[in-house]
Amino acid sequence: MIQLESVSKRYLTKKALNGISFQIEPGHIIGLIGSNGSGKSTTLKLISGLIRPTRGTVLVDGEIANRRICSKVSYLSELDSYYSFFTVKETVDFYEQTFSDFNRKKAEEMLDFMKLDRNQKVKHLSKGNRGRLKIVAALARDVPYILMDEPLSGLDPMVRQSIVRSLISFIDLEKQTVVLTTHELQEIEPLLDTVILIKNGEILDVKSVEEIRSTENLSLVDWMVKEYGN
Amino acid sequence: MAELFNTSAPIYLQLCDRIKNKIIRGEIGIGGQLPSVRDLAIDSGVNPNTVQRTYRELEEAGIVEKRRGQGTFVTENQEILQRMRNQLKQQHISGFVREMSEMGYSKSEMVEGLQNYFNKKEEKP
Repeated sequence: MIQLESVSKRYLTKKALNGISFQIEPGHIIGLIGSNGSGKSTTLKLISGLIRPTRGTVLVDGEIANRRICSKVSYLSELDSYYSFFTVKETVDFYEQTFSDFNRKKAEEMLDFMKLDRNQKVKHLSKGNRGRLKIVAALARDVPYILMDEPLSGLDPMVRQSIVRSLISFIDLEKQTVVLTTHELQEIEPLLDTVILIKNGEILDVKSVEEIRSTENLSLVDWMVKEYGN
Repeated sequence: MAELFNTSAPIYLQLCDRIKNKIIRGEIGIGGQLPSVRDLAIDSGVNPNTVQRTYRELEEAGIVEKRRGQGTFVTENQEILQRMRNQLKQQHISGFVREMSEMGYSKSEMVEGLQNYFNKKEEKP
């Protein structure tokens, strides 16, 4: 379980998160949604232990999220963080050496699924294929928590669809929990159990997607627009 | 990719309807096996937890049966399937009637309209 308790984060004078609290139960796919600059990426970085909260506590399975929490948490950055001179295969090799929980077999299956050429250099890959390679690296680890910052942004509909499908195929919800941020709500909606809506560093609402449909008859996009308007 | 889901109803219920339709059309026969949760999730692009909920719903209605270690199967109980078939018919008819009434058509206009529709269809097969 992931627990945030009255967590605030300040970057110099800019307040990114303002005393937020929520819990994420294992075995679900959770969407962290909100406008640009609302605090989504900051939240993910806090859970992955890449940054520390200014106030409050972040716990992953009861442990304080510091740099060592990465043994439990796989984090996909919104930035391209790979060595451009590596080939696809070398990138996977590198990941295998870096993380003891890296599942090579799964990675190979995903490379096939994504139709990635193992011998191509990362710097020669299209943006779509770089996006796919990032997904392979993040999902091939056998860890209980997978955090993905904007896995779909800037990619064409075909790539987005292959990523959504690979998420369903390669995640084991009996053992894994996924938290992702996205603006592509329409595509990701059928994939999510729960959404956490965040605005100006505060939680507006936490709701099950099916509940939004059954009680409000709204799609995720319409719901978000409505909640933001209030 | 499977058809999209509309926003008016929960996805798990829409999946339920799709499976019922498949059973009625005979695409999945009596006693036939349903795809695994994972396969259906990948096929329709939805969360596996949602598919699980769909199967649970169908199981509670007696339409499917879970067999340990084997998978999920359509019931062989004709009575239940017949009831489901009737329910779906009722559901569609009441939807049709409601919409027509809202537009101001009378009962006799609807019946007449249906009759004419079928007559015309029979003339030019």
